[in-house]
Amino acid sequence: MASVARLKMGKPGTGRMVGDKLVGRAIRIYIPLLLLLAVTLFPFYWMAITSFKSASELFDFSVSPLWVREPTLDWYKHLFTQTNFPHWALNTAVVATVSTLISLFCSVLAGYSLARLRYRGADSIGWGIFVTYLVPPTLLFLPLTFVIRDLHLFNNLWALILTYPTFLIPFCTWMLMGFFKSIPRELEEAALVDGATRIQAMFRIAIPLALPGILAAALFAFTLSWNEFLYSLIFLNDSLVKTIPVGVTQELIHGDEFFWGELMAAALLGSVPVAVLYSFFVDHFVAGMTAGAVKG
Amino acid sequence: MASVTYEHVTKKFSADTTAVDDLSLSIKDTEFMVLVGPSGCGKSTALRMLAGLEDITAGQIKIDDQVVNEMPPRDRDVAMVFQSYALYPHMSVFDNMAFGLKMRGSSRTEMDSRVKEAARILRLDQLLARKPRQLSGGQRQRVALGRAIVRQPRAFLLDEPLSNLDAMLRVQTRIELQKMHQRLGTTFIYVTHDQVEAMTMGDRIAVMKDGVLQQVAPPREIYDQPVNMYVAGFIGSPRMNFLPVTVSDHQAKASGLELNLPKAPGVAHGILGIRPEHFLPNVSSDDAVIDLKVEVLEVLGADQYLYGKVGSDDLIARVDPQLKVSVDDRVRLGVNMRRLHLFDAETEKAVF
Repeated sequence: MASVARLKMGKPGTGRMVGDKLVGRAIRIYIPLLLLLAVTLFPFYWMAITSFKSASELFDFSVSPLWVREPTLDWYKHLFTQTNFPHWALNTAVVATVSTLISLFCSVLAGYSLARLRYRGADSIGWGIFVTYLVPPTLLFLPLTFVIRDLHLFNNLWALILTYPTFLIPFCTWMLMGFFKSIPRELEEAALVDGATRIQAMFRIAIPLALPGILAAALFAFTLSWNEFLYSLIFLNDSLVKTIPVGVTQELIHGDEFFWGELMAAALLGSVPVAVLYSFFVDHFVAGMTAGAVKG
Repeated sequence: MASVTYEHVTKKFSADTTAVDDLSLSIKDTEFMVLVGPSGCGKSTALRMLAGLEDITAGQIKIDDQVVNEMPPRDRDVAMVFQSYALYPHMSVFDNMAFGLKMRGSSRTEMDSRVKEAARILRLDQLLARKPRQLSGGQRQRVALGRAIVRQPRAFLLDEPLSNLDAMLRVQTRIELQKMHQRLGTTFIYVTHDQVEAMTMGDRIAVMKDGVLQQVAPPREIYDQPVNMYVAGFIGSPRMNFLPVTVSDHQAKASGLELNLPKAPGVAHGILGIRPEHFLPNVSSDDAVIDLKVEVLEVLGADQYLYGKVGSDDLIARVDPQLKVSVDDRVRLGVNMRRLHLFDAETEKAVF
C-alpha cells in the first residue's frame, strides 16, 4: 500500500511537476473539450451571424464570411412583417405546451401506477408502452392520417396536440417509472400508516420527490414537440396553422431559392425558447438525469 | 391503547413462499411484545399485515375486538417506525411529525402543541426547521419516533428501529424506548433480530422461525424453559452448548461426559443443552464434571470465555475472569444440574 501511495504522489514540490500536470490536463481534458465545443457551436454561430448580415454582405465572397461588418435587423423585421412567422411561433408554443401538459398528466399517473401498484399485467403493460415508443413515426403517420381525417382535424392544431402524445406518453411514462421506482416504497407506506390515502400519498410524497424527474420529462417532451417535423408537415397545410420547423422549411425556401437571411433568423428564434428553458431548469434537469441514470 | 390478536394468520407471497404460517398470538393492552427471529422468519411481514401494508392470505387480525383484515392502513390508528425511518425528505422535522395530524385534520394549534411536546420529550426542539438530511442518524431516529408519538395511536409498531444506529446509541435508545413505553402506556409491538433487544425490552417475547411461531413467553421463561433447541440456541449469548448424548434410563453419555439425569427422559438419543454460564468452578462430589481442553481464551474484563473440546464435542464455558487458564490447559468444571436442558434428538423439542 505504502509504495503505491508514494508512486501516486510523485516527488513533491517541484515546479516542473506542476507544469507537467497542467499540460497533461490540457491534453486530456481542455483540448478535446474545446474541439468538441467548436464543432457543435459553429453551426449556431454561423446561423447567428448570417441572420445579422445585410443582403449585399451575404453574397459578397471577397470578404471573410466569419464575421459581420455591418449588422442589421432587416431579416428579423422582414420575418415578422412579410411572413407568417409570428403565427408559426405561436402555433408551435401552443402545441408544444398543451401536448406536453397532456402527456405529463398521463405519464405521471401511468408511471406511478406501473412503478407502485401491484396489479395483474402491470409488467406486460410496462413493456407494451415501451414497445409503442419503438414504433417509428414514419410508420405510424399512415394510420394516424386516417384518424385525423375521420376526426376532421386537418389543418387544425388539435391534430398535433392529439398525435404528439402518441410518442410523448410512452417516452415520459418509461422515464417517470424509473423515477418513481427510485423513491423508497417505505416513504409512502409511512404516509399510508400516518393516515393518508393512496392518492394523498402520491401527491404529497411521491410527486414532490419525483419533481426533478417530472421536470426532466417535461423538458424532453417540450423539446420533442417543439422540433417535431413529420406530423406537422402531414397534418397541416394552411400557412397560418403551421409550426416553426415546417413553416420555415416550406415557406422560406422556394424551389431552389433559399432566403438565407430569414431562414437563419427564423432558425435562431426557433431555437431560443428551448435553450432558455434548458438553462432555466438546468439544475433540476441535471439532478433528474443522474437520478434516472443510477436507479432508473 | 388496544389489544391485538392474530388468529391463524397466514401470509403467502406466492404458492410456494409462505412468509407467515398459521400465526396465533394475542397481545395484551399496554404490553411490550417483541417479535424476534432471524431475517426472513416472517416477523416483519406479521407486523406489516397488522399495519395494513400487506394483505392477509388467511386468518384474521383484530385490534381490540374489531377485525381489521380489510381496513385501510389510515383507519387502523396505529403508528409505525420503519428501520430506514422513512422520513419525508422534502419536509422539515416539524412537518414530518405533523404529517399524520394534518392528514387527520387536526387544528393548527393542536398540531403545534403536540409536535412541540413530542419534540421536547425527544430533545428535537432546536431541530424542528431542519430537513432530515441535515440530521444525524440518532436524530433521524428520534424524529421517526416523534412522528409516531404525536399521533397518540392505539398501538406502536416498530420494525427494527435500532438497527441503523451505532452500538452506543442503540443501548441508549433502548432504554429511552422502555421509558417511553412506561410513560405512554400504549401497546408496543417491536420487531427485531437482536436477542439482546428482545430480552431487555419485551414484556413478552415471541420467537419466530421460517414463518412459524416457536414460543411466546416472558424473557425469563424463554431463557429458563425454551421449548425447543431453536429457541434455546437463539436466546442467550454465547449460545447454549449442545452435546449429543445416548440415554439409557437415567444415564446420559456424551463423547467426553457421563452424567445422571434428574429423571428418566424416555428417549434414546438426546441433545444435552448447557448454557456457557451454567458451569461451576468448584466441583463437588455429586455434580457431573467435565474436563475441558481449552483451545481459545477470551477475556472481556467482567467475563472470561473458554472455547474448547470435551471429548469430541465443542463447548464454550463462561468462567470467573480471575481463573488463571492458558491455551491447551485442561480445566475441570462442574455442571449446574438444575440448569440442565435435554432435547429429543429427533424432534428437537425440550424434554426438560
